[in-house]
Amino acid sequence: MNNIIAMPMMIPILVGILLIFFRHHIKLQRWSSLAAMIANIGITAYILHQIQQNGILRLDFGGWEPPFGILFVADSFSALLVLTTSIVAAICLVYAFSSTEKSYEQMFFYPFINFLVAGVNGSFLTGDLFNLYVCFEIMLLASYVLIAFGGRKGQLRESIKYVIINVVSSWFFLIAIAYTYGALGTLNFAHLSVRIAEQGQSPMLTVVSIVFLTVFALKAGLLLYFWLPGSYSVPPTAIAALFGALLTKVGIYAMFRVFTLLFYHEPHITHTIIGILAGLTLIIGSIGAVAYKDVRLIASYNVVIAVGFILVGLAVATPTAMEGSIFYLIHDMIVKALLFLLAGTMIAVTGETRIDYMSGLIRNYPLLGWIFFIVILALAGIPPLSGFIGKVLVGQGAVEAGAYILLALAFISSIFVLYSLMRVFLTSFWGETIISKEDKIPMKNGWIIPCIILAAGSFILGIGVEPLTVYVKDAAEVLANPQIYIDAVLYDN
Amino acid sequence: METLITILAGILVTAATYLILSKSLIRVILGTAILSHAAHLLIITMGGLKNGSVPIIGEGDANPVDALPQALILTSIVISFAVTAVSLVLAYRTYQETGTDKLDQLRGDRNE
Repeated sequence: MNNIIAMPMMIPILVGILLIFFRHHIKLQRWSSLAAMIANIGITAYILHQIQQNGILRLDFGGWEPPFGILFVADSFSALLVLTTSIVAAICLVYAFSSTEKSYEQMFFYPFINFLVAGVNGSFLTGDLFNLYVCFEIMLLASYVLIAFGGRKGQLRESIKYVIINVVSSWFFLIAIAYTYGALGTLNFAHLSVRIAEQGQSPMLTVVSIVFLTVFALKAGLLLYFWLPGSYSVPPTAIAALFGALLTKVGIYAMFRVFTLLFYHEPHITHTIIGILAGLTLIIGSIGAVAYKDVRLIASYNVVIAVGFILVGLAVATPTAMEGSIFYLIHDMIVKALLFLLAGTMIAVTGETRIDYMSGLIRNYPLLGWIFFIVILALAGIPPLSGFIGKVLVGQGAVEAGAYILLALAFISSIFVLYSLMRVFLTSFWGETIISKEDKIPMKNGWIIPCIILAAGSFILGIGVEPLTVYVKDAAEVLANPQIYIDAVLYDN
Repeated sequence: METLITILAGILVTAATYLILSKSLIRVILGTAILSHAAHLLIITMGGLKNGSVPIIGEGDANPVDALPQALILTSIVISFAVTAVSLVLAYRTYQETGTDKLDQLRGDRNE
């Protein structure tokens, strides 16, 4: 009955495996990958609806009752993120159709995208710590291949760094799992939570929680972000957009899960550290975003700022702030994908990566320019667009908790986001055009249509806050009351 | 026994950290391989190193050792094997393209 919640991971894996056998059938590869993502959108929307009606869904693999078997748990938080992942992945695929070279597409490009999405969805849905590690590795192995796709010098160089840093962070994850298992004797999230509550969060467990924090901070780019700008600026555009939208968000999701479900007993230690890290991330991300002239680096540092902003919500840990973080997380996945796609399109039409080598693009590509303007407004949090509600709720939560320094940092960073992107807009889109009519590279429909869809998505998310609030409130409620999750997993048969 | 193995894992981590911080790419990858050995040793140690029979039904007495950490390690070994293979190939390709395996020469241009 609940088999449906395994679908978001199963469909991409099955499609990916099948496509390995049809290497040269590019049409088939394209459309079946897209069909898989669209099927996922439908299925996840249905799952979300089911959760509203029947509460949290769970699937025990092999019929083993928790805590003995591996299980998938779908609450509103994970379902919302899976839904957003599927939408973003589908749109990035459409962009990849017209931007990826044919020779790449024959080298298992689409299977790897499917595996990446499967890993991301699995990480969102799993209810078991070690299974989370395995899903992380599925996602990371696919990303290792995708980041080096094409094998240019810069890509190889950055992919080496990316692989090494992720091997080290996976090692930290294993160590944290080992200590958790040694101390508590279980790996199921709900069961872990029960046992921690029973014996109290000893200093030893707090240390383990800090190791978890290190792991997920490395994956999410929370202060330990130094690998991120390099590795997000080298891959082909569609892949960079998928990375910017999905990969760091999985780390953020894991951090939310671990620090709301398991280690919530000593907030004055763990949540204070998260708050400090988030504040520093906001400062450093803001400095990075205004320091560079490479449009891809500016986009990457905007990812870092968003990570800091979302984790302000977790550090504050009031239900309102959580709600704001969830809204902002969903918004950020959509808008970061759009930002990376636009940056890639700008590079594709000009052949330059530095913003001071581009000029007057608005004359040649007005639609591109105005979509870029919409992204700026959405990221800065201007009301009709999607970033607004998240920022307001996180701010409100910070005020309730009295975290005024974090509040100030979070809102000042918005100004830096606005400034860094406005600078791109003013130097590259305004001014004298440097592209003559004859040299103009025509804008492909396949480039601009995904951008239009994503920009429309940002509008819909901004205007349709009210229908969405039902789901986000439910997600925030489960995060704020871990007992709901535990009851659903352990005591509901 | 647990203390001894933990100290051994600590020594492995020390060696691995030293190797990962070195300049040569191949030494870094060797470091990550040693790092995964340390993690696997630590997982088996955290499961407890009591005396017991092999965890197979019908073998030995009724006091088997914990089977779960062994399954975890088996999974993790395969994963780190795959990742090491990928990183070795990447290192080889990087050497072919850039002609160096020194990490401090893999910086790229200033304006890139």
